[in-house]
Amino acid sequence: MWRNTTQGWGLVAILLHWLSAAVIIGLFALGWWMTGLSYFDDWYNLGPWWHRSLGVLLLLATLLRVAWRFTQPTPHAQGHRLERMAAHAGHILLYVLLLVVLISGYMISTANGRGISVFGWFEAPAIVHGLPNQASVAGNVHWYSALALMILAAGHVLAAFKHHFIDRRDTLVRMLRPRAGQPKLPAK
Amino acid sequence: MLKKTALLTAIGAAALVPLSQAQADDYVIDIEGQHAFVQFKINHLGYSYILGTFRDFSGEFSYDPDDLEASSVSLDVDVTSLDTNHAERDRHILSDDFLDADQYPEASFVTTGFEPGDDGEGVLTGELTLKGETREIEMPVTLMGEGEDPWGSYRAGFEGSTMLTLEDYGIDMSDFPESMHELELYVTFEGIRQ
Repeated sequence: MWRNTTQGWGLVAILLHWLSAAVIIGLFALGWWMTGLSYFDDWYNLGPWWHRSLGVLLLLATLLRVAWRFTQPTPHAQGHRLERMAAHAGHILLYVLLLVVLISGYMISTANGRGISVFGWFEAPAIVHGLPNQASVAGNVHWYSALALMILAAGHVLAAFKHHFIDRRDTLVRMLRPRAGQPKLPAK
Repeated sequence: MLKKTALLTAIGAAALVPLSQAQADDYVIDIEGQHAFVQFKINHLGYSYILGTFRDFSGEFSYDPDDLEASSVSLDVDVTSLDTNHAERDRHILSDDFLDADQYPEASFVTTGFEPGDDGEGVLTGELTLKGETREIEMPVTLMGEGEDPWGSYRAGFEGSTMLTLEDYGIDMSDFPESMHELELYVTFEGIRQ
């Protein structure tokens, strides 16, 4: 139920996947919107407060997710060899881009050594700070990697739809129902 | 004989003159010991001030108490080294909303004249380049002191400040209250005589 098998995703992987998807899209929209706000807007400080807090939580969740991915079995990929290789490369790139977006965002706010308060619950300490022009450089990386992540995520969605509806595989079901691909054990 | 003497005199003069001139009045701003600061102070919404500093800059000056009119200063500032003790604000100030440091990473000041006053006071005139715009500004300056330092060099130190109108440098502050349309630039440094 919770763990992956070579036949399908477990509940932990599925929940982390959909929670990440929702938060990533939400953070992108929030980030886009809040950076265009006027200095005198009610949300001028509140928007970044939510963005930073959610971002740190997503970074922690992503580190757990990657650790889980490495220590758990991975369901068999479907499709022919080239398709499987492309899918694998795409998924690795999604993880890498996501980490780049999250870490660069963290490095903006912590650029001069100040930590990030997460909803006032705890503070994420500044680890790397004081690099030359760190806040601006990290800011540029954050924006372009976020944009690239959105484009790649759109490709990810389209590919999943294609495999499910055109190739008529159980792609979407596998990411919705824990271990949907698991064959029924023969009754003994 | 005459020729030889003249030649020797010429060589001697050529060797001595630049040396004595250099010793008299050329200083390099003490960056190594960082006895130098380039700071600004700008109003925030009429409630308080934001203080900022540029951490990386370099410069030199000429100062000869016997020839004050010849005084000169040049200063080059790395705009991206701005620090207001809040990384996100630094990034915002450096963005194209304000300083556009990607496009204009350097600011500089070069004197065009000096008007000496009394008691170590005077007014520097010079060209300030910020965000690609060069404006002539005047900055009242004060000689704070000069003399031998404990480590074998000779130092002279100054301070000066002036008000800058941000619009002159293509920085649009029209969204902000009137009190934020200008800032005070404050500079203080020690130079080590070369």
